[in-house]
This record gives sequence, structure tokens and C-alpha cells, in this order.
Amino acid sequence: MSRRVLLIEDEPNIAEAIRFLLTREGWQVDTHADGTDAVQVIQGANPDLVILDVMLPGKSGMEILRDLRELEDMQGLPVLMLTARGQSRDREMAENAGVSRFMTKPFSNTEMLTAVRDLHAQATQS
Amino acid sequence: MSPDEDHQPSGARPSLFLERQSYRRRRLTDAARLLPFLGAALLALPLLWPGGQDTQDGVPLSSAIFYIFTCWAAMIVASLIFGIAARRMVARDDSEAESDRWQR
Amino acid sequence: MATLNVLILVCLGYVVLLFGVAFAADRIAAAGRGAWLRSPLIYTLSLSIYCTAWTFYGAVGNAARSGLEFVTIYLGPTLVMISWWWGLRKLVRVGRSQRVTSIADLISSRYGKSNTLAICVTILAVLGGTPYIALQLQSITLSFSIFAEADPSGFYREGSSVFWVAAGLAVFAILFGTRNLDANERHHGVVTAIALESVVKLFALLAVGIFVVWGIAGGVAPMMDRIDASEIGQWNVNAGRWTTLIFLSAAAFICLPRMFQVMVVENADEGHLRTAAWAFPLYLLLISLFVVPIAVVGLDLMPEGSNPDLFVLTVPLSQGNDWLAMLSFIGGFSSATSMVIVTAMALSTMVSNHLVMPIWLSTQEGSGSVSGDVRNVVLMARRVSIAVIMALGFFYYRLSGGGAALTSIGLVAFAGISQILPALVGGLFWRGATRTGALVGLTVGFLLWIYTLLLPGMGGALMPDSVLQNGPFGWGWLRPQALFGIEGMDPMVHTVMWSLSLNTVAFCVASLLSFPSPLERLQGAQFVNVFDHSVALRGWTGSVAQSEDLMIMTQRILGAGPAQEFFQAEAEQQGGRSSLPEPTPAFLERLERELSGSVGAATAHAMIGQIVGGSSVSVEDLLAVADESAQMLEYSSQLEVKSAELSRTARQLREANTKLTQISEQKDSFLSQVSHELRTPMTSIRAFSEIMRDTDGLSSEEQTRYAAIIHDEALRLTRLLDDLLDLSVLESGRVSLNMGGDTLRSVLDRAVSSALAGTSQTLTVRRSKASERIPLRTDLDRLGQVFINLISNAQKYCDADDPVLTISAHDVGGQVVIDFADNGSGIPPEARSMVFEKFARVGVDKAGGAGLGLAICREIMQRLGGEISYLPGQGGGAFRVRLPLAYQQAAQ
Repeated sequence: MSRRVLLIEDEPNIAEAIRFLLTREGWQVDTHADGTDAVQVIQGANPDLVILDVMLPGKSGMEILRDLRELEDMQGLPVLMLTARGQSRDREMAENAGVSRFMTKPFSNTEMLTAVRDLHAQATQS
Repeated sequence: MSPDEDHQPSGARPSLFLERQSYRRRRLTDAARLLPFLGAALLALPLLWPGGQDTQDGVPLSSAIFYIFTCWAAMIVASLIFGIAARRMVARDDSEAESDRWQR
Repeated sequence: MATLNVLILVCLGYVVLLFGVAFAADRIAAAGRGAWLRSPLIYTLSLSIYCTAWTFYGAVGNAARSGLEFVTIYLGPTLVMISWWWGLRKLVRVGRSQRVTSIADLISSRYGKSNTLAICVTILAVLGGTPYIALQLQSITLSFSIFAEADPSGFYREGSSVFWVAAGLAVFAILFGTRNLDANERHHGVVTAIALESVVKLFALLAVGIFVVWGIAGGVAPMMDRIDASEIGQWNVNAGRWTTLIFLSAAAFICLPRMFQVMVVENADEGHLRTAAWAFPLYLLLISLFVVPIAVVGLDLMPEGSNPDLFVLTVPLSQGNDWLAMLSFIGGFSSATSMVIVTAMALSTMVSNHLVMPIWLSTQEGSGSVSGDVRNVVLMARRVSIAVIMALGFFYYRLSGGGAALTSIGLVAFAGISQILPALVGGLFWRGATRTGALVGLTVGFLLWIYTLLLPGMGGALMPDSVLQNGPFGWGWLRPQALFGIEGMDPMVHTVMWSLSLNTVAFCVASLLSFPSPLERLQGAQFVNVFDHSVALRGWTGSVAQSEDLMIMTQRILGAGPAQEFFQAEAEQQGGRSSLPEPTPAFLERLERELSGSVGAATAHAMIGQIVGGSSVSVEDLLAVADESAQMLEYSSQLEVKSAELSRTARQLREANTKLTQISEQKDSFLSQVSHELRTPMTSIRAFSEIMRDTDGLSSEEQTRYAAIIHDEALRLTRLLDDLLDLSVLESGRVSLNMGGDTLRSVLDRAVSSALAGTSQTLTVRRSKASERIPLRTDLDRLGQVFINLISNAQKYCDADDPVLTISAHDVGGQVVIDFADNGSGIPPEARSMVFEKFARVGVDKAGGAGLGLAICREIMQRLGGEISYLPGQGGGAFRVRLPLAYQQAAQ
């Protein structure tokens, strides 16, 4: 079975790096670069995992996450949040918004891959 | 406030008879008022003298000078005396005024 | 024999001495020492400015012509002085309590502060003073001529010397009299100098007299014989002139502006009058004592036809006593100068206060509050008026031919100034005197004086002889010196009789017929009852006067209607014979209650107590009460201002706090932005470098591609750091500008080519190169940086299919204005205020800018003394750069 990840990231280079890494892990990677319609895109794609950037054009990752968690069928969706701002305040906000895992940029590739694996494992177990 | 010459104790209306001091003072101011009229009368007196341009029975100028300057000096002395009296009056009034001020 | 040069030197030395004395006295007074400056002696001596050159020279001349008539001029003031208790004392008290600055001020103040009246009195005083000034000029000139006749060098010319004497006296008076501004302030310096002059002139005249009596005649008895034997040896005085002149001099003594100045304005203590009352007549007696002897000896010794006005000088000279003559000359000079100083001071105060200031203030209307210029205007007005007054004196001298006897000139002045007497005395003693009455009386007297004395005295120039002989238009009854056909009178007596009697009649009749204004009535009460009001009360006034005062006061407080009603009711209750109630205790109690409703109990009590009780209320006291309330009002309004200030400060503090918070937040957000901008490229770099390190079997294309990404992101990082560094340098102001000169065109050329270099040139740049030939003097690289930024922004963000950037330049009012307008959709209005902020990016920015470009542009333009702004309404994104043509160190 194919595992699908939706990557919402506006920086093309970062998106390319993540795609490269996850593809090699056997993930099917879809990308989206705009915040405005991100919630709809997530709903439509119904991925196994979402990797979400915080600083997005149109709508911030925090808002997307908050809106997402309002939706009934999106409560359990694992969301890995990546941010370049990396302040403790952001982590708190993200946790309040219902993030599954929070990582600051720049991240190590293994760390990121481990996080993705863990999240997926948790989601499939439950 | 300048010194007051005629101070009346406040609150009291003038009684019928003034005390001796005040009476003296009043007569003194009366005299002061009369003084210039007296002086004017004295100075008008020479007008009655015969003024002869050519006659020899006129009053000699030396007598006229003597008369006028004597009158003049008399007026000065009278004024001096009144001035001294007025000063005493003021000095006394000042002390009265002072005590009045405290009583008030 | 003293030469003219020595004489002039002596005069100058004397003037310097006077200045020294005045200066020293001012210093001593300012230091608070020198109580003697305010002593009765100084006051008495200052009064003797009454004795001018007229006394010094003219009295002897007058004695030589008409015997004892000259003493009338001194007997009049003597009578005034000895009646000080009820005369001058009142005048001085009124003057001090009303703080008057001149006789014009006093008259105006008495009659309801009427400026019309003040102007009339001022004009009268100036015109009346003119012959008097001429007299001083004439006497100084004459005394000079005596010395000049004996001077072998003989460069003396009368015409020019009068002019120089007038000019010198004017300068002297200006220097002396306009040093202080406040006319109400006491001029210790001037008064002391005048006191000194009084001593000098008395000493000089006594010295000449003693020399004549004991040096020439050989004692008192031989002198008396000599007097009787002389041509004036008999009592022969015109009765009319004797009484008229005594009266006239008494009147003038009170009315002369300079006498009023020293007697009332400069008076430091009312008690000084007590001393002056005998000491000043004594001074007059002493100064007149030797007049007849000098005249008689002069008549004996001097050749036929010599001017008797100058016997004081010529007698010692003829005896070879040069030093005495010199002393005598100084005495005469001193009499003239002291008169001129004080007259000039008094008249110039009047002119500036009543003529110039009202006019000046009316021209200043609309400018609101009066500015600090007033001081200068007043001083200038006084100086100019002194010059004008002296010039009038000079012209009078020239017109009258300078030939008249000194006494006759002086009497003309006396008769003129005495026209104030009815208004003055009436104002002080009669409450019924009104403004209209004073005005009519003054006018009548003044015109009669001009018509019957001044004009005929000035020769044919101003009044033709035919008028003098036959009256105007041949009307005999209007002949100037024989009004209504009454002939044969002495002209002086004629004028004084007609002018003063008609003046008085007009004053009384007009006063009775007219109705005074409330202010006039109040002032009238204040003046007439000054003793009751300012200090003490006893029997001088009746109770009705008290009621009237109470009425006036009550009207002031309650208003006219209620006050009259209240008084009417009280009077009826008392049995009502008059419209005013008797001031019974019951009435007073009710009145006090009534008043306390308006002004408070304590004030009402004090007010009534002051009118009815021992002490009473003066205008000053009333004003003080009013002032107190005004001050309290002011104080509370000050408090209001303060609290407004406080709340303003609080608001400012709040604003500052908000700003600080904002700045702190901005700093936080800036740091977080910087962090984001740095981490983003670093993320890519780290990710790809780890991929390249950890991943085996990457294709060579992949390797190349990832290395290129790493390279690009590293460049981006460098760029970002450069920008940040740039911005921080610009913002801190530590930037050093590299000034250079070039045309706008070449700067744009370089910017365009550098911005479009290495890109696929999709952006079309339109320029009008002709308009770009503007020379610039600025930091060309920095300016170029701004241009590049704007051009590449257009290239990055212009969303038109066929992007076009139009660059236009023009010169507007010393500024170069360069507009960069593209044909894209522009910046949405809500974002426009943000574009120049750091990290502000509009819309989707995938062009790799960190959002610092425009912030840097703004900083650069500020450093270059210009500005950059978004230009709305151009149909696309448009920016406007303004730059001063000549850069002026704006970076500092």
C-alpha cells in the first residue's frame, strides 16, 4: 500500500529536499505551496500525513492547523509542523492548535525521517 | 498706608463733646485753613497805598520791600509752626491707629 | 575775561556733573540705601524748579522795569504752599492713590478716564510750555551774548547759537528724562540732580546779591537809601496786575506740568509737604531777597539801554568780577536746564501716554495682545516728543523775535497753563463737575488765551495788525486785547480775566447741564472725598455723602436697578425725606447682608466698614478686592491649565509607552523575521548537503542540481546578510556618504543595465532621456542602489503580460522628482503603508527577496536628504523619488 504525505511548503528548494527524502522512503509526496486553500487541499487529498510550514503566503500554518482540527474527520491526522522562526512561543501555539510533532528549521534529515516514521506508526497502530 | 492725620476710632460715632485733644486739633486745622486767606489779605493791603508815579507822597520802595518781606516771613513762620503741630498730631495718631488696629 | 570756549567747557562740565549725580543717586536708590534721597529737603529743593531762568534773569529785569511787581510770581506759590493742608495735600493724596502720571492723567482720571480730555490738556500743556521753553532758550542765548561781546575772537552769531542751545538742551533732556520708562516710578536721579541745581542757582543769586549789597552799595542801610533814590524808588504797582499776577502764579504753580511732576508724581511721602510748606516759601523769599538791590545797582551802574534782564551777569562783569559772573552764568544755566529736563519729562510722558499710545494701539488692533515692542515705542515717542517740544520753543523764539522781556514771555505761558485750573479745582472739590464741563471750560479758556495773548504776542506773522487794531472782519468788540469793547486794560490782566472767568463759567454751566457717566461719578466721589476714602474720616463730609458712596458701591456690586430699588425701599422705611436713606446701623446691616450675597460676607463687611467706619475704601482697595478675585480665578484657571497639562503629559507618556511597546514588538518580530529569513536558506542547504553526504548513488545530474541549489541558497544567505548589515548601518546613521557629481541620466543608465543584467529581459524600460540631463551632487552609488531596487522590483512584481516601466524625471521647485511607474496591478491600498517596512512582502514572493529592499531605499533617501514614496493613481505600481538639487549635508 502506498503511504501518502501532503507537503505544504512555499520554499521550492525545501520542498524538493523533503520530497527527495520521503520518496526514497517509499512515500508518495504531494506538494502545495499556498496557505489560502490548504485546508480544502488537505481534505481533498486525504493524506496519511501532513507536513506543514508555518510561514505561508495567504494563511499561516497555525491557522490552517487550527481550522483543520475543527473538522471532524481530521482530528487524528498526523501533522508535522516545520517552522523557521523556532521560538518557544511558536511551539506552544502549535501544541495548542493540536500539532502532532513540531520541528524547527533547519532540521537534520534523519530527525525528520524519524519523526515521519514515528507519526505514521502511531497513526496506524491506533 | 500713609500716616493718617485724622484718625477716628472705628465703630464709635463722634460723641457730642470731643475730648480736649481732638478739640485742639480741630481748631488747629481751622487755623491752617485760615492762614492763606490771612496771607492774601496782608498781600492785598499794599493796593490801598497811594501809588504816585510823579508825586512825592508815595510809599518808598524800601518800606514796601520791608513790609512785603516781613509778611512773607511771617507766613513762613506760621506755616512752620503749623507743620510742627501737624507732625505731633500725626505721631500721636499713628500710635492711636496702631492700637486701634490691634483692637479691631 | 572768560572766553566763549571756556564758557562752553564749563557748561559741558556742569552737565557731566549733573549726569554723575543723577547716576549715583539712581545707583544708591537701587541699592536700597540713601533714605536722604527721599527726604523732605530733597523734595523741597526739587520744587524749586519753579524758579527757572525767568527767575534768575527775568526777575531782576522785571524789578528794574516795574519795581516790586516781580514778587507776585513768588507770592502766589507761597500762598498755595501755606494752604497745603486743604489744597496740595488733597492733590498729592489723589495723585498717589490714583497713581497718576501727569496732570493730563489726573484730569482724565477724574472725569471718567476720558482720553479726549487728556489730549486737550496735553495739547494745552505743550502749547503753554512752548513760550516757557523759548524763554529758557532766550535767556541762555542772551547770557552767551554778554560773554561774546567781550570775547575778542568773536565768532558768536546769535541765530545759530539759539539753534545749538535748543539742540543741546533737547539732547540733554532726552538723555536725562527718558532713561526710565515707568512714569509713575520715582526718578531719584533726576530729582537729586534738580535739587543740586536748585542749590546752585540759589547760591549763585545770593552770591551776586551779597556782592551787590555789601561789595558795591556798602551795607543794608546805604542800599535802602540807594533803592529809594532810584528811578523805581516808590511803590508803584498796578493794582490789577498785582492781584492778577499773584492769582495767576498761584494757579500756574499747581497746573504747570513740571510742577505737577515734582510735586505729585515724584512725591515719595505726603508728609514732605509739611516741610515744603514753609521751606519752599523760604527758598522763594531768599531767591527774591536781592532782586531789587541788583536791579537798582544795575540801573545805576550800567549804561542807558542795557538789558536789565542781564544785570545778574553784567553787574559783576562791569566790576571786573569774572568769577562771580561765571558763577552767575552757571546759576542761570542751571535754572534753564532743570526746567527743561523736568518739563520735557512731564510733557513727553503726557504726549506719549495720551497722544501716541492710543494711536499706536489702535493701529495695532487685531494683532491681539500687545507685544514687547511697546517699550521701544513709548521711549521713541517720548524722545521724539521732547525734540518736537524743543523745536516748538525754538520756533516761538524765532517768531516772537527774541526781543520780549523774559517776564512777559513767562506770563504768557502761565496764562495758558492756568486754563486747567477750573477743571482741576472743580474736579477736586465739586462732585458735580463733569467731563463735558471740563471739556467746554478748557476749550473756551484755551481759545481765548490763544486769541487774546499767544497770537498777538507772536507778532504780525500769525495775526495781522489789522485784526489787533480793529478786530476780525472789522468787528471792534472782538479785538483780541479789548474784548467786548472793554479797553484800557493791561493785556495780561485782560486775558487772564476773560479767559479764566469765561472758562470757569463755561465749566460750571456745562457741568450743571450735563449728566456724568457712572465711572465719572465714582471717580468724582473718589477724588472729592479722597481723605475719607484713602485714610480717615471725621466730620469732613456729611452722612448723605456716605450714603451716596454706599449707593455707588452697591450699584457696582448689585447692578443699578436692584441697588436703586433697595435704597429706595430703605429710604421710604426711614420716613423718606430724600431718596437716599440715612446710614443708620439697621440700614447698614441690611445692606451688608444684601452685598454679602454677591461678594461674600467678609468683603461686604470690609467694604461698608471702610466707607462708614474709621477707615474707608479707596479705588485701590476696591480694585485690590477685584484683583484678588481675578487672581483666584486666574489661579484656578492656571490649575485647570496645569491639570490639562498633566493629562497631556500622561497621554504623551501613554503614547511613548505604546511606541516603546511597538518598538519592542517590532524588534521581536524583526528578530523572528531575521531568524526566519536566515533559517529558510539554511534549511535547504543543510537538507541537500546531508542528502549529498548520506545518499549513495546520486546521479551526476542530481549532484550538480543539488550543489547548484546549495550554491544559490548560500548566495541568498549572503545577500540577506549584506542587506541586513546595510540597513543597520543606514539606520544607525553611521553611514558615510561618498559624494560625487554626475547627471541623473548616467546614474539611471547604470542602474537600468545593472538591474536587468543576467535576466531574461522581459521588462521594457521607457525613459525620456532629454529630461534626465539634471546634474546631481550626491552619493551616486547609493542613489543607483535605490534605482536598481526599484527597477528590479518592477521586474519581479509587475504582473502585466507585457511589463513596461516608465521612468520620468522633472525638476520641481529645487527638487528632482523621479517617478518609476509600471503597468502592473500595483500595490493594494491596504498594503501601501507597509511596503517600506522591513520584511514587508506583498503577495506571493517567490523571487527570493527578503523584503528589505524598499526599507533600505527609504533609509538611503533619508540620508541623501530626499524621500521615496508610493505614488498612487498611476494605473500600476509607482514610486516617486525626490532628491534635493543641491545636497546639503542632510546626512549629518
